[in-house]
Amino acid sequence: MYPTTYEKTMTNRFARFLTVLLLICASHRGLAQTATAPAATNNAPAAAPAPAVPTPDPQGYNTGAGSDAADASNTAILLTAPTDLSADDQKDTNKVAAFNTAKKAFDDQQGQIKLEPLAVRSLDAVGHNRVAINFMWTLVTGFLVMFMQAGFALVETGLCRAKNAGHTMAMNFMIYPMGMLGFYVCGFAFMFGGLGAIGTMGGYAGLNHELTVNIFGKPFGLIGLKGFMLQGAGYDCAAFALFLFQMVFMDTTATIPTGGAAERWKFSAFMIYGCCIGTFMYPVFGNWVWGGGWLSQLGANFGLGHGHVDFAGSSVVHMQGGVIALIYCWLIGPRYGKYDANGKLVHPIPAHNIPLVMLGTFILAFGWFGFNPGSSLAGTELRIAVVAVNTMLASATGALGATLWMWWVRTKKPDPSMMCNGMLAGLVAITCPCAFVSAGGASLLGLVAGVLVVESVFFFDKIGIDDCVGAISVHGVNGAWGCLSLGLFADGTYGEGWNNVPGKVTGLFYGGGFSQLIAEAIGVTTCFITLSILSLIAYYIAETLVGNRCSLETEIEGLDIPEMGAYGYTGVTMDRASETPVGPGGQGMPAKWANKVK
Amino acid sequence: MKKIEAIIKPFKLDEVKTALTEIGVNGLTVIEAKGFGRQKGHTETYRGSEYTLEFIPKVKIEVVVQNDQLDKALAAIINTAKTGKIGDGKIFISTLDEVIRIRTGEKGATAI
Repeated sequence: MYPTTYEKTMTNRFARFLTVLLLICASHRGLAQTATAPAATNNAPAAAPAPAVPTPDPQGYNTGAGSDAADASNTAILLTAPTDLSADDQKDTNKVAAFNTAKKAFDDQQGQIKLEPLAVRSLDAVGHNRVAINFMWTLVTGFLVMFMQAGFALVETGLCRAKNAGHTMAMNFMIYPMGMLGFYVCGFAFMFGGLGAIGTMGGYAGLNHELTVNIFGKPFGLIGLKGFMLQGAGYDCAAFALFLFQMVFMDTTATIPTGGAAERWKFSAFMIYGCCIGTFMYPVFGNWVWGGGWLSQLGANFGLGHGHVDFAGSSVVHMQGGVIALIYCWLIGPRYGKYDANGKLVHPIPAHNIPLVMLGTFILAFGWFGFNPGSSLAGTELRIAVVAVNTMLASATGALGATLWMWWVRTKKPDPSMMCNGMLAGLVAITCPCAFVSAGGASLLGLVAGVLVVESVFFFDKIGIDDCVGAISVHGVNGAWGCLSLGLFADGTYGEGWNNVPGKVTGLFYGGGFSQLIAEAIGVTTCFITLSILSLIAYYIAETLVGNRCSLETEIEGLDIPEMGAYGYTGVTMDRASETPVGPGGQGMPAKWANKVK
Repeated sequence: MKKIEAIIKPFKLDEVKTALTEIGVNGLTVIEAKGFGRQKGHTETYRGSEYTLEFIPKVKIEVVVQNDQLDKALAAIINTAKTGKIGDGKIFISTLDEVIRIRTGEKGATAI
């Protein structure tokens, strides 16, 4: 209907996009040259280079030994020989005394070991069991997180219209394999290829190549480069356990935008997005926070708290998904009929199945017990009980906050779909600080999340960014709030030595000052900028190849038959008279989006 | 024979049906319907946004009666379906040419 305007606008947009890309490349060229030097000489920022090349252990026979045996406070039982003092240190009487004490303790233990060889063998079994408990915990919680895919599928499909149920469900289904395979091919290597020792799972340190640049004289880890296709250094049982756990996290991010941009997204374009998410969209920021990259080192390098701390992924998982959803919902335009030509919201598009939404929300809340407590990667780390309780408290206050805010402040009804968004908002917010806050802190920040999600949904509705399921508000806005809330509420009881910074993680309200809050704010800002750029790239790849938005005819008909060839519901009468009125052509969209609909 | 088509509020269906049975009507067809009249749709809210549903859910009943039953049937429907508020519905009456019972082939009054 608008071919000329449309094409012109697209060409302009693409040209602008290319310009931005070129600018980014140009501004990074200088950095890239400095990048190769330190990387080549293997100046990794994290831990000192391993003494020997770590051998992968695909069988698992050599993972977990006496050296992994530890007491409740994580202090190793087997002592290690103290390193010899340098010439300077030998003049310092205190250091000499400490060295002598440690050396004596070590020698004494070695003497005992010689007398009791069986005890040492038993200690091997103890260490192996400790590592095995951590493996079990990581794998089982990973399985729980995988089940969240079902929750997302139900929530997103329930909130869409019945005529698009097959299509929305299919997107939620196919993102699982698409994302996983991308993460397998290169995403995992980019994210964790420079991780260093996997501490809780036997200390395998084969994933040790981080591409690093020096800025302000400090190393900035940019991306990992080992473990592609889980071959070579990646073929290790600890690396596999880590892969499984991190893969299901990546797929959580991947499935967030499928709800936001549902009911109008071509399946072919979605598949292209599916290729992008696991390979390069998710792992970059993930490496910076969890893979030993620069955001995690803000504390060690610049004294900002413990660096950007994100225990289970408010920013890494949820905010990334939320920002992608924002960019996609914005660029793809609102669903036809929701707004009039002047951009006024005239026809909200109601959910077709609230029972599905609520069932999905409960499945997600259940899966979150894998998501947050599992992120310790250690079943022997008993803080997991605090993490689990904080998680459930925040889900409760989030749901209550959203319900009451809708009921008493915003409208006169406690909207069921908003209750679900509220519970999920509380869960998203507690994801980052879950290990570092008290029960009171968790409850309070969940309550704020519940109110925040309602206001955010209203805001995005008002400015014309049509998010079918509230993904931007739940995951994006509350992901950011979760990270910032750690900087406020961290109570200083946990996180000793986190990201190589001595002391425990402490926020503003507990006397930690602004330092941790600033580190979190930097992380959040970085997440927004990075993912905006990566989303633009992925969006325009699909826009150029196949176009992202389906035709108006398909959209009004429902995407099930034109896109998928099968109805989500066969033999069920669709109540078309209750559907959003579409009006004459061109009037169901704000003018600025009209070129989207053909 | 007369055919009565009455559009009523869905929650009144049971009352209307009972009243019609009491006066000797022994058959009734119910159709779930949507439409608008002078009431012009009604307002709902979804996620805090108000919107107008242009077609309101109604129930349409169809009943066929003999000419001498007509007044009693109409009175039964009106008395039970009436709330006095806007949106109570309408009744359409038409003359019917023939009625046939498929099983036996009976025609006319005995087929009703």
